Amino acid sequence: MPLTAYLVLAALVFVIGLFGVLTRRNAVGILLGIELMLNAVNINLVAFSRFRADVAGLIFTLFTIAITVAEIAVGLAIVIVIFRVRRTIEADHLDLLRG
Amino acid sequence: MTEILGFWVAAVVLVAASLAVVLTPNLFHAVLWLAVALVATGGVFLLLDSPFLFAVQLLLYAGGVVTIVVFAIMLTERLVGESIRQTSRFVFNGAVLAAAVFVGIMGFLLQAGVVARPAASGDQLRDLGRALVGPFGGPLQLLGVLLVIALLGALYFARAED
Repeated sequence: MPLTAYLVLAALVFVIGLFGVLTRRNAVGILLGIELMLNAVNINLVAFSRFRADVAGLIFTLFTIAITVAEIAVGLAIVIVIFRVRRTIEADHLDLLRG
Repeated sequence: MTEILGFWVAAVVLVAASLAVVLTPNLFHAVLWLAVALVATGGVFLLLDSPFLFAVQLLLYAGGVVTIVVFAIMLTERLVGESIRQTSRFVFNGAVLAAAVFVGIMGFLLQAGVVARPAASGDQLRDLGRALVGPFGGPLQLLGVLLVIALLGALYFARAED
């Protein structure tokens, strides 16, 4: 398959994740959308690495995966704390900072 | 031939599972669909001759992330009953914006020329290891520090209250 096929697939997954982030009300649902978007970026990185025969893309993918794991751990910890304090994780109800 | 077939299978599974993640009303099912999508992504990595990343994807994402999310859902929602159902809002606006972004990306992609796929290099894992301790040694150390800080921070946030 040509490089473009992989890039189109990644773009499709990216916009699906974007749609999820925009439309989900639940904070965990929003995090799942972010996971999909980061996943699409990984496909792009690996595809470019393969077609340019450059190992740097694989290293960036490894770094992205590790940073995503850190991000999801902190994000879910924040969700749990918010649930303890407010008893809800609906993003629409979390407007403490609204002026 | 095998690659074309594998690509279409992985692509269909990946897109279908991704759509299920953002559309299914049951949050728990959404996480399970995310696991399917992550495994399909690992399949795409295999097609791109990166078995090492396939293993990392399965271990860290499909194994680690999905487990954490399932635990978070169990801690924040009652497993049975209506509270696990979730609704979406701004579906139309979100779809329009996502489609616009997709069209924009496609505009770039269609301008690009065809890139020939080079022959598979002999020992990708060795190159990867060399690069990780060579030019990327510093970033690797920083990544370790970042992971420790992030996980300690997550532990501190979610600790049991006294």
